[in-house]
Amino acid sequence: MNRHQTRSWIYIVILILNTILSNITNIERRLDLKIAVCVKQVPDSAAKLVAIDGKANWGDSPLVINPWDEYAVEAALLQAEAHNGSVIAITIGGEGSKEALKHALAMGCSDAILISDPSLVQTDSQVISRVLAAAIQKLGEVDLAFLGRQAIDTDTGLAAAQTARLLGWPALTLVAVISNVDPSARTIQVQRSAEEGRLTVSAKLPAVLSIVKDFGEPRYPSFMGIRKASRAVIPVWSLADLGLSNLQSNIQWLEVLNTPQRQITTEMITGGSPQEIAETLVDKILAEKIL
Amino acid sequence: MSKIWVYIDQFKGQALPTSWEGIGAAKMLAEQLGGGVTILIFGKNVEPIAAEAFQYGADEVLLADDASLDDYRSEPYTALLAKLARESNPEVILFPTTTRGRELAAMAAIDLNTGVLPDVTGLEVKDGSLVAIRPIYAGKLLSKVTCLTRPQLVTLRGRAFTKPILDASHTGTLTKFSPVLSEADIPTKVESYAAGEAGVSLSDANVIVSGGRGVSNNPSLTPPAGMDEKQAEIWKAQQGFKLIEDLALVLHAAVGASRAAVDAGYIPYAHQVGQTGKVVSPDLYIACGISGAIQHQAGMRTSKVIVAINRDPEAPIFKLARYGVAGDLYTIIPALTESFRKRLGK
Repeated sequence: MNRHQTRSWIYIVILILNTILSNITNIERRLDLKIAVCVKQVPDSAAKLVAIDGKANWGDSPLVINPWDEYAVEAALLQAEAHNGSVIAITIGGEGSKEALKHALAMGCSDAILISDPSLVQTDSQVISRVLAAAIQKLGEVDLAFLGRQAIDTDTGLAAAQTARLLGWPALTLVAVISNVDPSARTIQVQRSAEEGRLTVSAKLPAVLSIVKDFGEPRYPSFMGIRKASRAVIPVWSLADLGLSNLQSNIQWLEVLNTPQRQITTEMITGGSPQEIAETLVDKILAEKIL
Repeated sequence: MSKIWVYIDQFKGQALPTSWEGIGAAKMLAEQLGGGVTILIFGKNVEPIAAEAFQYGADEVLLADDASLDDYRSEPYTALLAKLARESNPEVILFPTTTRGRELAAMAAIDLNTGVLPDVTGLEVKDGSLVAIRPIYAGKLLSKVTCLTRPQLVTLRGRAFTKPILDASHTGTLTKFSPVLSEADIPTKVESYAAGEAGVSLSDANVIVSGGRGVSNNPSLTPPAGMDEKQAEIWKAQQGFKLIEDLALVLHAAVGASRAAVDAGYIPYAHQVGQTGKVVSPDLYIACGISGAIQHQAGMRTSKVIVAINRDPEAPIFKLARYGVAGDLYTIIPALTESFRKRLGK
């Protein structure tokens, strides 16, 4: 046996040992965290939008996972890694929304579920939250549910709080730091951001969290992750699967409008020195009578 | 009890100034829907806020003052708000679009099985119902929405509605309520609070001075020895942001930043203006070294007067600007600060 072969054998033995060990630890650790993360597919933030016939139109801009949701996926994955847990990504939408789920899978989520139903078009946040809450309940024994702070299309920012209320779980919204999660004591401590600074809040599990950008940059999908996601079979649940029917939106969208066109004539200020430019600019600004 | 209620957001016994804009909006609605304006104040040692509310034009204040309501927590606040609304069936409850206001409206809507119109910039009454204008896609489009159920919960975007003028002689009736939940029934605890940076908040500001990637671009600055390239870049940017802060101080302005500046580590995220930051609408917005990506434009395009200072005369930001200076922000900003200081007598 040459040196190369010896090394190969050692690797194989280590691999086998690792598998056995991780199986043993899996059996011993009954405190796994079961985590759900709710994501949405939205037009890219660089999309140019126009209202046509009272509806939003984004041309051929790509649809992507809502940027705020990437922070939620990151937070969920970090908790799963810290506590030997697993993360299931959920979205509501048409077949095309699977792309947002595939992004979440590529980042490291272990499973994904698409909730699709013809009646779920132009619904309000209350209906969306009822569907998410029902899906989280159907998954069973979820300890933590993560959402982004808001979707960059409808910008309502209501779903996390409403989902929490429907589940009867603490709503830990706008979380910047997860200081501690103790699966055995069933407790969580987070720092939430508010206008005045950060509040350290503790609560009991299960809980719903929404995550803000301060949490830290979301990871990029890995090459292996992308390959895994492209092959993933994503189950589709209907409202009937969730035991839901007759969901009524309380909010009605009347129309989408373009923003009023502003006629802006740009006046470039020039001068022989910064001081001269500044004096002219200050004159102009003071003449606007806004200060 | 009136049909139109206004929730006042408070922190440590102080009403957030943007809350009073709700009374302005409520008075406008009351003219069309009839009746007066009822104010809700929850907290601990918050009775002085009731006196303020009367001066801003409240006809009635519903006050809950209790240790369990000391720090805002969604559970006791939602339970109390929902109970009061169930008992008196208001038509409309207005909230400020603050972190707490938005969350409370969201949760109360579940308890009351009604809808929320969040972050609204315009309101009108049509056939007895509110029709709200609310920006979507970070203000790239507007939506017209209405609530089919009652009460109609609305959160008002800061600065979109006018705060009433104080009238020291105006009075009303004060009714006190007890909380619904006892401490033992509340599953969350606020352990501590760490103050954020002092200074003017972006959402409330009349004037915002913002910096972008270009703020690190001063070739004549020499960073201290021993810094690597990235550290030197951040150090340079921080020198640039000091100039922006000086100008902001003279103008009593908030300091903003582009996403590029935040992502590069020049300044904390709390300052980010744009689609994934704050959407602002000040009277004066001065963009320094910001090229004007569409995501940034979405966050500031409704500012009344926009001034852009950028080295690159082709930068897209100039298309939005009323006034532009194609030049070096490192010399223009200090000159501007000095000039404003003289002219504003500071």
